[in-house]
This record gives sequence, C-alpha cells and structure tokens, in this order.
Amino acid sequence: MAATTSDAGTRRDFLYVASGAMAGVGLASAAWPFIDQMNPSSAALALASIEVDISSIQPGQQVVYKWRGHPLFVRRRTPKEIAESKAVDVNSLPDPLAENANLPAGAPATDANRATKPEWLVLIGVCTHLGCTPTVSTPQMPEGDYGGWLCHCHGSQYDTAGRIRKGPAPRNLDVPPYTFTSATKIKVG
Amino acid sequence: MSGPSTYNPKSGFEKWIDTRLPLPRLLHDTVHTFPTPRNLNIWYTFGGILTFCLGVQIVTGIVLAMHYVANAGLAFDSVEAIMRDVNYGWLIRYIHSNGASMFFLAVYIHMFRGLYYGSYKAPRELIWIIGVLIYLLMMATAFFGYVLPWGQMSFWGATVITNLFSAIPVVGGHIATWLWGDFAVGDATLNRFFSLHYLLPFIIAGVVGLHIWALHVPGNNNPLGIDVKSPQDTVPFHPYYTVKDAFYLVLFVILFAVFVFYAPNFFGNPDNYQPANPLVTPPDIVPEWYLLPFYAMLRSIPSKLMGVIVMAGAIVTLVFIPWLDTSRVRSCRFRPLMKQFFWGLLVCCILLGYCGSQSVDAAAFGIIPLVWVARLATIYYFAFFYLIMPIVGLIETPRKLPASIAQSVLGDTAAASSSLPAE
Repeated sequence: MAATTSDAGTRRDFLYVASGAMAGVGLASAAWPFIDQMNPSSAALALASIEVDISSIQPGQQVVYKWRGHPLFVRRRTPKEIAESKAVDVNSLPDPLAENANLPAGAPATDANRATKPEWLVLIGVCTHLGCTPTVSTPQMPEGDYGGWLCHCHGSQYDTAGRIRKGPAPRNLDVPPYTFTSATKIKVG
Repeated sequence: MSGPSTYNPKSGFEKWIDTRLPLPRLLHDTVHTFPTPRNLNIWYTFGGILTFCLGVQIVTGIVLAMHYVANAGLAFDSVEAIMRDVNYGWLIRYIHSNGASMFFLAVYIHMFRGLYYGSYKAPRELIWIIGVLIYLLMMATAFFGYVLPWGQMSFWGATVITNLFSAIPVVGGHIATWLWGDFAVGDATLNRFFSLHYLLPFIIAGVVGLHIWALHVPGNNNPLGIDVKSPQDTVPFHPYYTVKDAFYLVLFVILFAVFVFYAPNFFGNPDNYQPANPLVTPPDIVPEWYLLPFYAMLRSIPSKLMGVIVMAGAIVTLVFIPWLDTSRVRSCRFRPLMKQFFWGLLVCCILLGYCGSQSVDAAAFGIIPLVWVARLATIYYFAFFYLIMPIVGLIETPRKLPASIAQSVLGDTAAASSSLPAE
C-alpha cells in the first residue's frame, strides 16, 4: 500500500466519494415515499366545494358550516357592524392585508376587500394563531372589545370584518374562495 | 467506578453462558455489586420509580391497544367500551391515564433533584442530555396518547399543538399539513398518532438503556456532590439500594393507587368525555398539568412566532445546563446563594403551571393580571439558566466540602476503621 501512487489514490478517493454519493441519493429516494405517505391522500385532496343556502340567516346572526374539515363562518352583518368596520384605519391594523383568496395577494384589508357584499362576511373559522374556533360576539353576548370574535384559547380578538386587532394571532381570519351563485346562495371552494 | 468485573461464575453452566453471552455478568456488575455512594437519599430513588412507571405504561398500553380502535368515527366509543364492557378495562385504563401523570410527577422530581445536586456536571453531562431527550420523548408520547380518546380536549389539544409548527416561516403550513395528513386534524392524524404512541415507549426504553449505561461509567452523583474516593464511600447496589428503592417504590405505588381508585379523573378534564367536534372549541382549553408551565409561557407572549420560540427554547435550554453552570461545586448543599435561586426556579415553575391552568384574562386576587405573572416567571426561568447560573458560579463562595463521603456519613474515626456497614 505504501507504494500507491498519487494517481491510484485519487482514483480510489473518487470511487469512495462517487459510491458514497450514490448511496446517499439512493437513501434519500428510498426515504421519500415514507415521508410523503404522511401528506394528504388523494381522497383528502379531492376536495369537494360546498354550496350553502344563506336565505334563513338573520341580520346580526352567524351560521357555521363545515368546509374542508374546518368551520366556515357566514355572518350577516348589521349596518352598525359594517360602519364600525369601515371606520378603521387599515394602516393601523396588525395585519393590513385582506387575506382574501378571491383577491390578489397584496390587497389591503379594507372592509370592501374583506366582504364582497358588505352585508355578508364569509370566513374560515380557524384562529390564525393555533387553530381554535373563535367565538362570535353579539350585542347580547359580547366577546372581546371589537364586536367580532374572541378566541378563548389564547385571547386573540377579531373585529366585525374578521381582522385581528389584539392578541397573539398574526393574520386576519382567512376569506375562502367563494362566489354568489344567486342572491341567497354561495358556493365555497 | 465501572472498574474490572467482579463476576465469578461458579457452576459449569454459568461458565458456559459467560463465554457465549455474558448477560449474567452484566446483571451482576450493574445491579448486584455495582458500587454506589453510601449517602444517597430519598430523591435518588426516583430513577427506579421511573423505570417502574415506564414498565406499567407499556404493559397497560399493550392491553389497551387490544381493545382500542384508531378511527375517528369509532375511537371515542371504543374507549367507552373499554371503560364499561371490557373486563377490568376501567382499571387498566385508569392505571394508564393516571400512570402518565405519575410518570411526569416522578420525572420532575428526578430532574429537580439533578439540578439541586449538580448531577449534570462533569463527568455526567451526557447522562443529563440523554435525560432531556427522554423527557422530550415522554412529552411527545403523552401528547399522542392524550389525542387517542378523541374527546374535545384530545381534538383541540392536537389542533393547537400541531399548529405550533405553522409558526415556522415559509414551510410551517406545509409541515402542519404533513403532520395532519389532511387540511385539519382528522382520521389520518388519529391513525398516525396511534402508531407513534405505540412506537415511542419502546424508543424511550432504548434511550433509558443509554441513560443507565452512561450513568454506570462515572457512577451515581450523591447529595454531597463530591467524588467517590475509596471503597469506603460506597456500598454494593444490592441489597442496600434495591431495598431502599423498593421501599420508596411501595410508597409511590400507594399514592398512585389512591388516584387510580379514589380520584381517577383528578388529572383529567371533563371536556374530554365529550366526543370531538371540529366545529366547536371548548371555552377553555388546557393541556395536561405537566405541560402547563410551557403553555403559560406560550400564552404570555403576544406574538405567535416568538411564543413558539420561547416555549421550545425553555426545553432546549436544559441541554446546555452542564456548560451554563460555572461553579466547581456540584451540590447546592454547599452553595448558599445558588440554593436560594434554585428554590426561586421551583416556585416560578409552579407559578407558571398555575397561570397556564387559568383562563387567558384571569387575575390573581382580582387585580394582578396572570399574564404578567407568567411573563415575570418566564423571564426568571430564562434568567436563571443564562444569567444566574453562570454568574453565581463565579461570584459565590461555596461552603467547605467534606473530605469524603464516608467521613461525612460516619464521622472521622468510624470512617477510618470500617469499610462496610454490618449486614
């Protein structure tokens, strides 16, 4: 072995590195199916969209539907609630973005950008902090200081447009992709 | 201390085994003649108690898995069937659920004991770090197990804990989805949590093996924190500590039995007897008591990412303790200043636990907002490890250490004349 020339040494080193690299690639490829199997299955990905009839919802009332395993809030806002929401300076908000799947990503969180039709607020009922379902605030049973929602898990407070105002949640409640298929029906997803 | 083996096979059969698989030799050297400091007190019996707890959880868990169904539609009912229909199912499940609490009670005592007597200091750093790893694995296992009954607390606890990962910038959302196997906690999540809940205890058992292996290289620390200097300082593990461990184990089991038979739901949450409902979060969600201090830290920080970093940091910090403590003296018995800060840490952890158990906007005595109590306690927790430990170690004047364990226990003359206590 002492007589090994530098040329032979280089060849051997190359073989070691090359076979080691191939083994690494092989291991990574073999590991991938075991990692990816934990991602949502085809069945979970085949997401049905839902159509809901909102004609029976009264002003000031919120109805909760289930969409993609999450609560879906449909809230018929009162004129007072809409006015309160419009009076807010968007630049003063913790999250100044609309977070509305129907709008471009950078849209500001104005009331009009949060609810296409001012009376109807459609939101995914998942607190953007750690995923609890916030409790709706009504004049009879106020929750939080902003008239919208209070998440009891960690105290995040949302206003009447579902925008985060206080507490640890980083983002406004998400607005899902939805369209009005008629005056009293919306299709979500 | 892990010196040459003293095993001496007598019969031909023992010799035959010893040259092929020296398992009797291993047992003889580790649990029979193993030289152990003669001054270990009650707080040193929790290692054995913890091993017992792990055994109990594995045995009861295997039995429960024979009756449990890991399916979102059937899990809750199968747990109720265990409670009502399966012979002694109620007993086995209550042992398992209270066993988790007893396990954590014992591990916290074990950890604070290590902290007080400086058992993490050289040459025992790896024992401590392996211990932190066991603690992490225990928390993961307990969390997975708590999800399995698929009650309201199971479901929403799983939602909150898995959402912690969504705080990670850019990839966080994908990690959460990957953990769920869906876009929310659901059937896929329950199934994988069951699989992992069954796996992890065996991993823990393996790591406990490493913990004990590492312990048997330098041997036990002791309440004086001084090294063993001569055979006079030690006694053989058997019968001295087998008997001592067994005695305190019996007391521990009595406490365990009091909970199992007289207050089986003491540590539980009544909301978990309601089936999981993905549309309604219970008004107050609280984790199990042993996670409350970390939960209080998370809640006291008004930013999602920072809250998660602080909470994870509180656990990761434990790994660095061996190098954060600059003192040359191990035991707090001889550290008048550190001793006081130690009790401060214990008080802070209990305070954090209390804050975590109350609702977000609660106030002590009606005026002190608990969120501020939690913030101050969190600051003390981190200050203890990153400021107090390094600084106090440098400025403190420790008390005079005894010359040897034997001298401390037996007095000067006795230490000189006797090598072993009378059997």
